[in-house]
Amino acid sequence: MMRDFYGVTLDSPLMLGTAQYPSPAIMEAAFRASGASVATVSLRRESGQGQAFWDIIRGLGVHVLPNTAGCHSAREAVTTAHMAREVFETNWIKLEVIGNADTLQPDPFGLLDAAETLAADGFNVFPYMTEDQVLAQRLVDAGCKVLMPWGAPIGSGLGLNNRYGLKTLRAAFPDIPMVIDAGLGLPSHAAAAMELGFDAVLLNTAVAQAGDPVAMARAFGMAASAGALARTADPMEPRDMAAPSTPLIGKAWL
Amino acid sequence: MKIDVNGEMRDIAATSVDATLAELGWGGARVATALNGEFLPKAARADTALRDGDRLEVLAPMQGG
Repeated sequence: MMRDFYGVTLDSPLMLGTAQYPSPAIMEAAFRASGASVATVSLRRESGQGQAFWDIIRGLGVHVLPNTAGCHSAREAVTTAHMAREVFETNWIKLEVIGNADTLQPDPFGLLDAAETLAADGFNVFPYMTEDQVLAQRLVDAGCKVLMPWGAPIGSGLGLNNRYGLKTLRAAFPDIPMVIDAGLGLPSHAAAAMELGFDAVLLNTAVAQAGDPVAMARAFGMAASAGALARTADPMEPRDMAAPSTPLIGKAWL
Repeated sequence: MKIDVNGEMRDIAATSVDATLAELGWGGARVATALNGEFLPKAARADTALRDGDRLEVLAPMQGG
């Protein structure tokens, strides 16, 4: 079952970043190989390359999710969001308010502040957050209809750092579409996130910085879909003791 | 008139934001603007006058994660 992201049902649970690829052509090929349904983009000072980049993104036929990457205050993020809404012609915004330069950990206070302002102003906020359940409730109260807890720090490739916390968060908000954003390094991390019941995964570095980004993009697309399918198939509960899978009845006396 | 455009001091003859963008060669470009840290919608550019020392940010689509 694909969840509704502000009225949009996605064809694939993979959201892919557009930065750090060896070339625009490889980025384009990676997107096509992955089947990703969403591309994250940003705004930076005009340097003459913006139009060509935008033409490639539009040609991909995916949903565009602008970010507020690099913003360290609510004010800065809100201003960036307004600029992004005008340029990309979407109410979607991946809201990043960074609180620590080393871990790129979201600032929960600035995030909530900006989310309140933007949701009241008609934005569809995708907040990049920690797995904190109290923060999640505050963001939902502020008008967020999607949550994006981190797997691990941005660009770290560590996977799901706090599996227990993510599982708890998932269980606490069964009706809120949730995306694991950041920190994924391998397709198995994406599959694990989907198996836990998350609705999508968002990643960039793991694909863009792989030796073969196109092959890795395809692997992430397959893994995310496999995890989503496994979730609908109702996985077995792990147990501590062995249980024979081959029947004992009819075994020969040798 | 000297204004700060994307962190660089520029000598501008135009007086409105709209005309300034045209003068800088960004007339038809897909950009968003902020004046002195505040978002300036496209529709307001023609009627917004610039003053000496103003800080104009001109942002364009870029790769992002």
